[in-house]
Amino acid sequence: MIEALETLLLSLADDDLCMGHRHAEWIGLGPILEEDIAFASIAQDETGHAQAYYQILTDLGLRTPDEYGFHRAPAEYRCAHLVELPNFEYDYGFALMRHFLYDAAEQVKLQALRNSRYDPLAGLAERLLREEKYHWLHAQTWIHRLGRSTEEAHTRLKNALQMTWPYAWMLFEPLPYEAEMVEAGWTPPMAELRTRWLELIAPILQEVDLFPPAPSEEELSSLAGARSGRRSPYFEDLYREFTEVSASEPGAEW
Amino acid sequence: MPSLDPRITRAEPELWSLPERPLHPLEHWPTYEVFVLRTRGSHAQHVGSLHAPDPDMALVLAKEQYARRSQCVAVWVVPTEAIRWTPTEDEDLFQPATDKSYREPQGYLHTRERLEKYRDRLKPLPS
Repeated sequence: MIEALETLLLSLADDDLCMGHRHAEWIGLGPILEEDIAFASIAQDETGHAQAYYQILTDLGLRTPDEYGFHRAPAEYRCAHLVELPNFEYDYGFALMRHFLYDAAEQVKLQALRNSRYDPLAGLAERLLREEKYHWLHAQTWIHRLGRSTEEAHTRLKNALQMTWPYAWMLFEPLPYEAEMVEAGWTPPMAELRTRWLELIAPILQEVDLFPPAPSEEELSSLAGARSGRRSPYFEDLYREFTEVSASEPGAEW
Repeated sequence: MPSLDPRITRAEPELWSLPERPLHPLEHWPTYEVFVLRTRGSHAQHVGSLHAPDPDMALVLAKEQYARRSQCVAVWVVPTEAIRWTPTEDEDLFQPATDKSYREPQGYLHTRERLEKYRDRLKPLPS
């Protein structure tokens, strides 16, 4: 049972940890100062949310947030590959599309988890949703604005959607031990959450003439296994960078 | 391995010394003045300004610029160009020519004392 609980919490926490790190790579590079500050703040929130999920496990006598965040082997992470993707050419259209798809998924997951029968998770979901409201507003406002802007903006969003879509789809890859979790009333099945996610984003995208492609089985199966520890080729550099400081002086208090 | 830091990998020093050119409107957004309400029902306080392409984006950006550190229950944005002001080099409008201290709250400080002093001289109202 504890493995199931750890898997559920780590899938949520590790997604936020990596997403926070990838978003933070934009610090100092945002398109304008105001947006730089807003996006950096969102990045900081995500990292904080990861810590809060780890803390639930710490309170059960498992590892500390720092141990979970910075002292696990790569195969022990349970994040989806979407959050591991680097920022490639630093196209802000890509950053915004990933942010939009990811925070829509967070909306759906947290709305469901606030009714989780695992009380510490339900309480945390309720708390995080208040902060996530801003993330969701920020993401939607940008997609709405850029989607109706210039042809270049629309093309960039379209390409970003095309590229990130299979990865975003796999945010809802079934978790190991999922049957147990569902049975215990901790979470609805991932497939059900994916349906709700599609219902949430489809109208917003359609309004700006963006239509998600249908992911092929081949694409999806090449991305399978993230929740059991299969890391993408991009994880290694990301991992080296976010563990660099803590690895420089093991055991130090920061 | 090349640096992962995009501030290094993306730096294009040759672009820094390009001659000035006129900006496209999308490169030069208008500014909005930002007001915050610290508590429900309090007055909106002006806290600064920001760039945004439209009022919706201005609200989204204002929240993180001006309401992330101190308590705040609402944010307002107003296009800077909607504001009209008196000429700052001309302060005559605000300079009274005669003593108008009676308009200030201090003018009412001793009302009670004066009232007491003259009370016995008041004639009763005709019944």
